[in-house]
Amino acid sequence: MATVVNEKPEAVRMSEQGKPVTLLEAIREGIWEEMERDERVFLMGEDIGAYGGAFKVTEGMQQYFGAPRVIDTPISEIGFTGAAAGAAHMGMRPVIEMQFIDFISCAYDMITNYVATSRYRGSGPQPIVIRGPSGGYVRGGPFHSQNPEAAFFHTPGLKIVYPSTARDAKGLIKAAIRDDDPVLFFEHKWLYRRPQLREVLPAEDYVVPIGKARTHREGKDLSIVTYAAMVHKSEEAAEILEKEDGLSVEIIDLRTLLPLDEDAILESVKKTNRLLVVHEDTRTGGIAGEIAMRVNEKAFEWLDAPILRVTALDAPIPYSPPLEDYFLPQTEDIVKAARHLANY
Amino acid sequence: MASRTRSPRAAAIPHGLTREQLLEMYRLVRLTRSLEEKLENLFRQSKVVGGLFRSLGQEGESVATAFALRRRTDGTGDMLSPLIRNLGSMITVGATPAEVVRQYMAKGDSPARGKELNIHFTDYRRGFIGQISPLGDLVPVMAGVTLTFKQRGEDRVGMVYIGDGATSTGAFHEGINFAAVQRCPLVVVVENNQWAYTTPTRLQTAAKSFVDKAPGYGVAAEKVDGNDMLAVYGAARRAVDRARAGEGVTLIEVATYRRKGHAQHDNQSYVDPAEIDRWAATNDPIDRYVVALRENGWASADELRAVDERIDAELDATIAEAETSPLPEPEEALTDVYAEGPVRAPWTRHTPADPTLA
Repeated sequence: MATVVNEKPEAVRMSEQGKPVTLLEAIREGIWEEMERDERVFLMGEDIGAYGGAFKVTEGMQQYFGAPRVIDTPISEIGFTGAAAGAAHMGMRPVIEMQFIDFISCAYDMITNYVATSRYRGSGPQPIVIRGPSGGYVRGGPFHSQNPEAAFFHTPGLKIVYPSTARDAKGLIKAAIRDDDPVLFFEHKWLYRRPQLREVLPAEDYVVPIGKARTHREGKDLSIVTYAAMVHKSEEAAEILEKEDGLSVEIIDLRTLLPLDEDAILESVKKTNRLLVVHEDTRTGGIAGEIAMRVNEKAFEWLDAPILRVTALDAPIPYSPPLEDYFLPQTEDIVKAARHLANY
Repeated sequence: MASRTRSPRAAAIPHGLTREQLLEMYRLVRLTRSLEEKLENLFRQSKVVGGLFRSLGQEGESVATAFALRRRTDGTGDMLSPLIRNLGSMITVGATPAEVVRQYMAKGDSPARGKELNIHFTDYRRGFIGQISPLGDLVPVMAGVTLTFKQRGEDRVGMVYIGDGATSTGAFHEGINFAAVQRCPLVVVVENNQWAYTTPTRLQTAAKSFVDKAPGYGVAAEKVDGNDMLAVYGAARRAVDRARAGEGVTLIEVATYRRKGHAQHDNQSYVDPAEIDRWAATNDPIDRYVVALRENGWASADELRAVDERIDAELDATIAEAETSPLPEPEEALTDVYAEGPVRAPWTRHTPADPTLA
């Protein structure tokens, strides 16, 4: 039997106490606060209860909130995603964890055919959050490193969130849980515990609105539109470009991929007249294509250079360090692409 | 034991049912068949948009299973999720012929407002959740519905229908397993009508019987003659009572036969016509139910005829009215994607076309 803990653990009182938190801790605090705020919120997933999840995002929650609200499920992504849909029909607000986001494809039918269409079909809202550790740079190989956003970006009815900072992660997970539509919430595992991302968050309740991008760095010569881990790679590149080339690079962190904050993208492009899109996901059919199309439609005359992109290769994501490093976008790739654009 | 004295006129009614309930079940099953027959006429007149699905031969088990549920209209009753051949279940829990006819005609005032087809529609107050076409998906969904009943300590039960074909899906396996582990108050009705579109049951499973799957999930099971409405009601009633008592999932295998093709376009070239005729002649659920009602003295021929005539007149009026309903406004295609409001119309659909809105 799981032990019952009545006192809120230190680990989720960091922001309350003005202490800095990692991106992972920020997500944990966000979920915890929403569970305290709204008894309709409950969790399902594999090994999330007694053990606290493969990455410990839900650590301590079953002990505090009880097993009926933090449910260890069979290995069954279709099963617990469907169960979340049913619970949502009954007015609950389930938050479900894919142990690794790579396994979300097991539930692809349930998410795209059932959950995403429910409101449209007249079966009502589906206030579900589907979250999970995503992304590469951790030598996880083909099935523990994926970025699945493009597969769902094409599905009306879903929202997709992919934060890059602790502050956004907490504010967005809370917004996602409060949202009346299904939200896929991707958590970059390379960012989970990065000490550089530790920050002191507001002690009081806050949300970050879904659908709004954030200017991560102001600049005037070139815009990089990106999200998740690539925000930090782009930041490294921007530093190099500023020092070595005297270039002023603007970085737009999309934060939400669906719905895309088109206004923020267009505004930045109209300011810098050059656009580089950077994503960690593979190239063909990636989100960069959609962004380029929108800029083409609405800001063609503002462009002084073609829109370029830096992405992963069109291959499964490999395991061995030299392979993974070659496969994934690196800071140097961003620097090269930005230089090409600046000199165009 | 001394032989029990029976009234020469009426036998004892099984399963705690009343004579009024027996007549109500008759009305529901007759209404289901008549409604489908009228829909078939409308289909022939090209007034049905898209396909038409008949449940001929399966109306009895649909009505009898749903009849075992606690049926309410305020969202506090039991909940079911039907298949395409469970019009009878929908009608039993309160879906109306007017709704069904409007659905099949793709009308703007149909429950799904022209966005979804046929009997794929939902009403949580009356207690039914429209299925979707990827079969098996509603098993996990109903596991979640009933999980919530349990989480909230509500005295409610769920019933989900699945065909012999869809027991082959991963969703069925994951859903029933999830419900079994969580001891959800769920009844899984496996309707073995012997055909999945054109595929016979022997090509779906090597199991001798669908109830054989139940022990593998650790759930109770019962197999029942699906064309014997009272037997089906009895099995459903026991399963519903078990679920309500906190005893978890029951799988009911309903043995029946699909006498029509998958949909109207399907000419059943893959079926021996003699087989269909045999089921029609000797094992029709309504015929059998009428015999039971008459022979046991539970209903007179006049009473049943009166029900039939009333249904016929009511359906004709319903259809005439539904035909006058408007189709949806085209722009309705943009609504109900997100809570925030309609999605954007493409620039070519503005008058005049406006490329700046691309």
